[in-house]
This record gives sequence, C-alpha cells and structure tokens, in this order.
Amino acid sequence: MPPKGRIEVKEIICKGCGLCVDACPQHVIILAEDRINAKGYHPAELSLDGCTGCGICAIICPEAAITVYRQVAPAKENQ
Amino acid sequence: MDLPIQEQVVYEHPVALLDVSTHYCPGCTHGVAHRLVAEVIDEMNLQSKTIGVASVGCSGFIYNYFDVDFVVAAHGRAPAMATGIKRCLPDRFVFTYQGDGDLASIGMAEIVHAATRGENISVIFMNNANYGMTGGQMAPTTLPGQKTTSSQTGRDVEQQGFPIRVSEMLAKLDGASYVVRRSLHDPKNIRQAKKAIRIAFETQLRGLGFSMVELLSVCPTNWNLTPVDSMKWLEDHMVPYYPLGDYKVHPAVAEMRI
Amino acid sequence: MARQLMKGNEAVAEAAVRAGLHAYFGYPITPQTELLEYLSRRMPELGRAFVQAESEVAAINMVYGAACTGSRVMTSSSSPGFSLMMEGVSYMAATEIPVVMINVMRGGPGLGNISPSQADYNQSVHGGGHGDYRQIVLTPGSVQESVDLTVLAFDLAEKYRINTVILSDGSIGQMMEPCELPEMQPLRGVSTEPWAITATMGQREHRMLSSIYLKVSDEEKTNIRILNRWRQIEANEVRFKEYYLDDADFAIIGFGSAGRVALTAVRQARAEGIKVGLLRPITVAPFPVQQVAELSKRVQGILVTEMNGGQMLDDVLRIVKGNCPVEFFARLGGVVPFPDEILSEIHRIAKGPLSVDVDPRSAWLDRMAAIVN
Repeated sequence: MPPKGRIEVKEIICKGCGLCVDACPQHVIILAEDRINAKGYHPAELSLDGCTGCGICAIICPEAAITVYRQVAPAKENQ
Repeated sequence: MDLPIQEQVVYEHPVALLDVSTHYCPGCTHGVAHRLVAEVIDEMNLQSKTIGVASVGCSGFIYNYFDVDFVVAAHGRAPAMATGIKRCLPDRFVFTYQGDGDLASIGMAEIVHAATRGENISVIFMNNANYGMTGGQMAPTTLPGQKTTSSQTGRDVEQQGFPIRVSEMLAKLDGASYVVRRSLHDPKNIRQAKKAIRIAFETQLRGLGFSMVELLSVCPTNWNLTPVDSMKWLEDHMVPYYPLGDYKVHPAVAEMRI
Repeated sequence: MARQLMKGNEAVAEAAVRAGLHAYFGYPITPQTELLEYLSRRMPELGRAFVQAESEVAAINMVYGAACTGSRVMTSSSSPGFSLMMEGVSYMAATEIPVVMINVMRGGPGLGNISPSQADYNQSVHGGGHGDYRQIVLTPGSVQESVDLTVLAFDLAEKYRINTVILSDGSIGQMMEPCELPEMQPLRGVSTEPWAITATMGQREHRMLSSIYLKVSDEEKTNIRILNRWRQIEANEVRFKEYYLDDADFAIIGFGSAGRVALTAVRQARAEGIKVGLLRPITVAPFPVQQVAELSKRVQGILVTEMNGGQMLDDVLRIVKGNCPVEFFARLGGVVPFPDEILSEIHRIAKGPLSVDVDPRSAWLDRMAAIVN
C-alpha cells in the first residue's frame, strides 16, 4: 500500500499560482474554487484521498506555504 | 482499538525564512530560490553568521523575508558591497542575491572582478531573461527574438546584440571556484539547484573562494504566461540557450565532502 | 613623537592607519596615487584589508559595504574619480553610516589635468550625488594639517554617522613637509554599534541597512533627521584659522592651498604696513558663517581667493549680504596662484575704490583677460 500523507496549506500566503496543482504526481491538489483568501487568490488544497506525502508540491511552491506530513507505521511495542 | 496515527513532517517552512507573505507575483521563482537559500542556511546552521546583500530589482526586498542581517546595494554593486563586508568580517557568511539586469548589465564589472579576485563570497544569480521590476524590459539575457516591453518586435540581434551567458564567461576566470547553472522549472531541477547552492555555500565556508549559482527563473507576469506555462517556456526556450551544467568546479571544491 | 619628512599623500595614509583604519578600497588616479600605493604595502603588513578595486564605482561600493559593518574605512581619489563615486556617496549619506573620503583635487572639468585645483568645492559642499544630503568637508593647508584632519575625520564621521571628506589638492598631496604623526591606535574588534551589520551571532534580532524608504513619509523623516543632525554639526563643528584679523582693514578668505598662498601674501602686505588679515576655513562644510558675517561688518572689504571659478565666493556673498564690498581672485584649471599675484590684489583693494555693486566674478574675469591672453 502506498504511504498515506497530507498537506497543510497556509492559505493566507498562498497565491493560487497552481504550480503545486500541476506538479502533484497524484493529482490530488486543486485550487479551492469556492473561496478566496485575504489577497484575493483561490488557495490550493487537497481535494481527494491519495496524497502520499511525497513533498513535491512543497518543493515547487514559491511561497513556502505547504507543510507536508506522511504517516508512519506505529511502533511495534505499542501493538 | 485504533492506535493514534503517527506522522512525520516531510517538509516544513525553513527557519531562516520569515513566515510572511512576499511581494512577488504568483508563481515567481524568486520564492523558490529564497526557500532553497533558507533551507541550506538552516541545514548548515549559518543563520547567525549570515549577512545578505540585496540588489536592485524585484529581489531588492529580499531583506523582508530572511531572518538574517542584510544590506541593500546600489544597482549592480552587490559584489562590491559584499567584498567590503567580507574583507572586514572574514568569518561571517556573505552572499549576494542578484537578478540578471543587476548582475549581467549594470553590475558586470563588479561581478567579473569579484570572481577574478576569488572573493570569498557566494552569489545567487537569478536569470529570468528580462527586467522584472521595471516592467519586463529587455535584459542582457533576453533571448534572440524574445518580445519584451523594450524589444517589442522581439530582440533583434543586429541592433541589440546577443544574450550573455554569464556562467560560461565567469568560468573562464582563474579566480572563480564554483560556477554552475541550474533551473527552477520543475521539482527535479529545483532539487539539483538546492544541491548546487549547498556546494556554493560550503565553498565559501571552507575559504575556497568565489562561488556562483545561476538559476534560470520565470517571470510569468512580464512574460504574459501562466505560472505553469512559464515553467514550460523556460524549459523549452531558456534551457537550450542556457545549458544547465557545472562550468567551473575547482579541484578543491570537487574534493569537498558534504 | 619625532617629526619626520613626509609626502602629503603618504602622511594621510599613515595617519589613517594610526587612527585605526580597518579597510581601504581605492583605484589609482593622479595626484592621489601615493596614498593607494602606500596602503597597498602598509595594510597587509598589519593584517588589515586593502583592495585595489576595478573602478572608483566599485571602490566606493566596497567602502559602503565595509562601513555598514561599523569598521573604520576609507577611500581616496582625485576629481574625475570622485565624480564616479557620487553614486555610493549618495547611498552612504542616505544609509547614515560613517565614511572617510580623501579627494586630492586636480584640474577639471572632464579629464582636466593632474595639477592642483579646488574646483570640487561645490561637488563636496553642495551635493554632487543625487538627493538631499550634507557631508562634513575638511580642507587642509599643510601636510601636518592633513594628518590632524585625517584623524579628526574618523571621529567626526562616527560621532555623526556621516560622510566626511578631506578636500585636499595636488599641491598638498604631493608636497613634502615635516610632520608629527599620531600614536598608533589599536584596531577595534567587531563593532557593537546598535546599527552595525555584523550578523546576529544568535545574540540579537536581525538588522538591515539600506537607503531605500518606500514609504514617502519615512523618506521625509529621514531627510529631516539628516538636516537636523546637520544643524547640530553647524553648531558644534565649525573650524577655521584667523591670521592678523584683529586690526585688519581688509580680509582675505581662502581655504586649503589658496589660503596658504594668501597667507604668504598677507605677511608681505603686513611688512609693507597694509592692515590685511586672513580667514582660512578648515571646515568648508559646515562653513564658518558667523565668522564671515562678523568680519563683513568690521572690514572695508573682503577678497575671496580660490583655485576655482568662485564656488566658495557664492557662499561668502550669501553671508556678507552687501555689508562690505567683496572682491575675487582666482587661478584655476590646475594653475596655482603665486603670492605676488595675491599681493597685487591686496594693493589694488587697499587703494580702492571698492563698491558693493560690482559683481566680483565678472570684474575678476575682466581682469583675467589681460593675464590669460
């Protein structure tokens, strides 16, 4: 199973340039069409399950607006 | 019973970069380059000893975005100003961040002589083939035939000459230790750009002399393209004219283990 | 310390070294080049920074960077080189950082020649670079004074965070005279000034120094701050020398080399029984306004003598305001006046008649027709 991940977009500094949308290998990022941020841009957001936490969106983001998380397997002794 | 999901942070905002909104246009690769510089400063633990030298152009306001000391140079003079700082404070880390109008036109003398003196500074050179801040005029790096606001039917090389390939030119100088060109048009190239910035900064830290990373960059606003189309245009038009590669790697730099 | 025979330019260089010069950046140009040559030996010998820049433009911007670190820095040049430096001069003034610059003036305009001149008075005193700024301008009349003013220049520059110019000329720079050099001051460590750019070292918030103020209200405040500081400088830092003025009927005003030549003429005139004295401004910025104003109320006439076309003359006229007649005599373009020439002027003035209605520059040009043709 591919790793599961998620992203957090700092909406206030996202400029909706769409580079992350284009770069995402899983095609799970969109620009939120239903809202605009304080600067008037449609911010990027995760639209679907399937984020692997690969971090490619963060690498191309000119605003350093994206934090990327990836799930890790729980430690053995806890099971 | 469900165990709480454990997560690791794959990517987060670099510490050396202030958590503020930039004045750059959407999709501008200045933001990417800023981030890479900040990431390398973090990785090398350089923040407290860094002095940046801003230039004139869109990146003139870089000092608003970094949590390090900064001075702002006159147009093209950042390498001279950095020389003055570095000669007074040789154990500080000094870098300039310059655009192509600044570095390759008005500041050509300063960059050439900083390089040939082997000045122990690092230069981030942003090449986006036009003057961004003043509204997209022809730069020394504007491609033949490229339309700008001051070459409106396309750069006519009969009248306006040819673009300057700065990295190739500086690489000819004995004083330059590390001169490379990278591009910021996709994640793979961005990763390689970051590695080059790391090597450039290490070059200075080890006292090995002048280092410069030229970064091919986009200017969606003045190119009249979307950010995504700009990246494509860069790849299709700029990379062929400005080949990516290592133009000067002094043996002492090549031997560095990072 | 023993007196020694030194060339003006080299004496200034050594004085700067002893004043704790941390870094020097310059470019060769006659007649200041000995300064650069001397420091090219001396600075590395002491482990200090010396860079021969690719141009005066680069040199002044290296100075700009170095001065931002709070280090004692200096450059030197001669007239055409100084024109090239005007970019950095304006930026440094706007950034409010201490800098010392030596201008060993030569004949101009343009490429001119390498002979002594005082034609950069306006450039130094009334601007030169763009924008509204002031700078302290010191004018030595001997090698010893060049030494003393060099040390003073660093102190003044730092006290007021201001550009300080030593406006010398090819004559003072090239002449050899005995002089006494100051004691060697220790080189200071990294600046602890609250504005200096030294990297945070994890000890403080990050800082920025620049000349850009995008908010016009901030730029206005900066301009006002610079002007208020200048008022302070005008109140505290006026320097001048007076010779034989106590009982003088006539006064000569001249700075630097011209003042020095005038002093010889004044002594000759005194030997002849003519009651003439000399006011020699040491600071032409701030200008000794009060002294000139008072003088104009108690003498029968003032002779301004310079090695330029009357640049200081205009300042004197503005202060004298018709209180007494003002006459003018100059040699320029690299020509240095002889004491005899100024003595003849003293004779002419002492004989009279003088009028406040005569344009002194125009009258001088009429008299010059006979001399230059």
